[in-house]
Amino acid sequence: MKFLDEYRDGELAQQFAREIRRIKTRPWNIMEICGGQTHAIVKFGIDELLPEKITLIHGPGCPVCVTPLEMIDRALEIAARPDVIFASFGDMLRVPGSTTDLLSVKASGGDIRIVYSPLDAVKLAEQNPAKEVVFFGVGFETTAPATALAVYQAAQKKLNNFSMLISHVLVPPAMEALLSSPNCRVQGFLAAGHVCAVMGYEEYFSIAKKYSVPVVVTGFEPLDILQGILMTVQQLESGRAEVENQYSRAVKREGNQSAQDLMKKVFQIVPRKWRGVGEIPQSGLGLGEKYAAFDAEKKFGVADHRVEESADCWSGLVLQGQIKPHECPAFGSKCTPEHPLGATMVSSEGACAAYYRYRRMPDLIGAK
Amino acid sequence: MSAQKPIEFSGACPIPISQYPQVLMAHGGGGKLMHQLIGKMFLAAFSNPLLDTQHDAAVAELTGKKIAFTTDSYVVRPMFFPGGDIGSMAVHGTVNDLAMAGARPIYLSSAFIIEEGLPMETLWKIVCSMRDAAEKCGVQIITGDTKVVDKGKGDGVFINTAGIGVIEHGQKITPQNVQAGDAILVSGDLGRHGMAIMAVREGLQFESQIESDSAPVHEIILQLLKAGIEIHCLRDLTRGGLTSALNEIAEAAKRTLLVEEKAIPVREDVHTACEILGLDPLQVACEGRFVAFVAAKDSERALQILRSDEAGTSAALIGKVAGKSSPLVTLKSVIGANRILDMPSGEQLPRIC
Repeated sequence: MKFLDEYRDGELAQQFAREIRRIKTRPWNIMEICGGQTHAIVKFGIDELLPEKITLIHGPGCPVCVTPLEMIDRALEIAARPDVIFASFGDMLRVPGSTTDLLSVKASGGDIRIVYSPLDAVKLAEQNPAKEVVFFGVGFETTAPATALAVYQAAQKKLNNFSMLISHVLVPPAMEALLSSPNCRVQGFLAAGHVCAVMGYEEYFSIAKKYSVPVVVTGFEPLDILQGILMTVQQLESGRAEVENQYSRAVKREGNQSAQDLMKKVFQIVPRKWRGVGEIPQSGLGLGEKYAAFDAEKKFGVADHRVEESADCWSGLVLQGQIKPHECPAFGSKCTPEHPLGATMVSSEGACAAYYRYRRMPDLIGAK
Repeated sequence: MSAQKPIEFSGACPIPISQYPQVLMAHGGGGKLMHQLIGKMFLAAFSNPLLDTQHDAAVAELTGKKIAFTTDSYVVRPMFFPGGDIGSMAVHGTVNDLAMAGARPIYLSSAFIIEEGLPMETLWKIVCSMRDAAEKCGVQIITGDTKVVDKGKGDGVFINTAGIGVIEHGQKITPQNVQAGDAILVSGDLGRHGMAIMAVREGLQFESQIESDSAPVHEIILQLLKAGIEIHCLRDLTRGGLTSALNEIAEAAKRTLLVEEKAIPVREDVHTACEILGLDPLQVACEGRFVAFVAAKDSERALQILRSDEAGTSAALIGKVAGKSSPLVTLKSVIGANRILDMPSGEQLPRIC
């Protein structure tokens, strides 16, 4: 496919792999932040091309995975209400809450719709004035501008039957939280290209400097990822810790200014709990005061859910890059995509689901 | 008083209630949950040697003649889509199920479940489309049924068709007959039906419209048989697409299948639409495509025959059956690494980013 096949060329991929092998003098641990990159790495087998001891650690960058359990429970509670049309990205429907999931709520009669854009949810609200339409706003800086635009439009149109359950999260605070952890093994980062397409990459300069860690803004196709790894290894081998941009065809240093302006208008920065990681200060987006009327949590007065994760699920360690998915005792036995214990198994971008889908053969779950 | 035999309570639902106490859409999605439902409920309850082969059509002997028998229901939305409609699909789908046993389709039944309020004109369009499709396939619709349900209890119209065909060859075409070394062929480019439907549902517009691949495939299969191609297994690539079909066969045949991503034909517009919607073209449904397992010695000839058909110009050899006896499908990715091609869980759910 044009603009895609050229980034999936097998021969060029091998060339990048050879170059990485040539310049590497010792082991390095590199974290790809984004779940989309994890998915591509495992799906295309990119890590299999890498030399031994270049280890990819799969980061917490899957928005479905890090949405806290209590937020899922709130979604389930709202979605089950007879007066509500609950709109969500498809990925969220299979994520288990403490007792059930959105697919089951739908089977019990809940009106749950899969949408591709938050703006579709605004349309639903216009078309169904007698119903309350609630959009489940999850995701990183990538999806946040569209959520902001939906709220902004709903306000312009004075829709009073539209609201949002918001669980947006921000990447840089999570990187800092990981780097501050005493167990941190990460020596270099592939920053998430699409997040940077919105936000630019200026906010990574201070992180690279403070923690002496290279950050390479990286795309999502196999050759993007391999080049991102090569650039990171080049920095590590030469003792540099800089911010570089591999994904220049999509990312500008300053990002997308109008998207950022809109986010600033609609959101405020809030502390946010990350499933499997814990609360990270200043790591989430919530609706600003001017738009508080669109806050579904306030509108529906949902109970404060106190929940506990399954003790068998080690997704927290996976999300922090402490273990590989198959090192969890429940992997593939108690925990499968059909009956997931934690969100890393349920989302198609979750590291556990990626390993389960593509790597279940013993000889493929190798050392890497 | 004679000792009474204790009553055996065996009526418990075989699908553990702790997992899914209700039927979900995913139980019909062609993935693992559907197979679990079929295996634990239907096969467990109805088990017999013919059903247990789990072929697209059952092959039985009646008064000395071998026949194939199958049934399928059609609930597609929208009812009319680029390249077809629910009526033509209801004929093609059942004809194709018969063709997967290498049968010549002869008779169909058709049962309509119609929702109150459906415009007569719409129904007539569907009926005419069925008539034309049946004529083209050389089958007759010889019996039927009509039910009308209250408004809101249906969705326009649902159609069930059953089909009978005769088997005029001596080959054994079943998943269990798949052998090490067999060549794996697909009969054309993949994913067009599913993406034609998705494009209409999601309001996606492309430079040119993606048309469904809905079409009968029995003629080309009869040609393969006539040419003496040694066919071991056939399966049409409907729900769950190539991924489900290969996994079902690997499971039934207890064989490892090796396929190459590069060799699998997917049209550029279909690939683009899949990328936009976050779907895997290998899991997207077709309605006029099948996978064939043929003896390696015949693979070149089979490919020539498939490609001679207008619908099969992009037919391709996509892999082979390995010597290993563990049921597994592995895919060599475009950059040359191996991975599992796993059965999808339920419905394909669009990804967030």
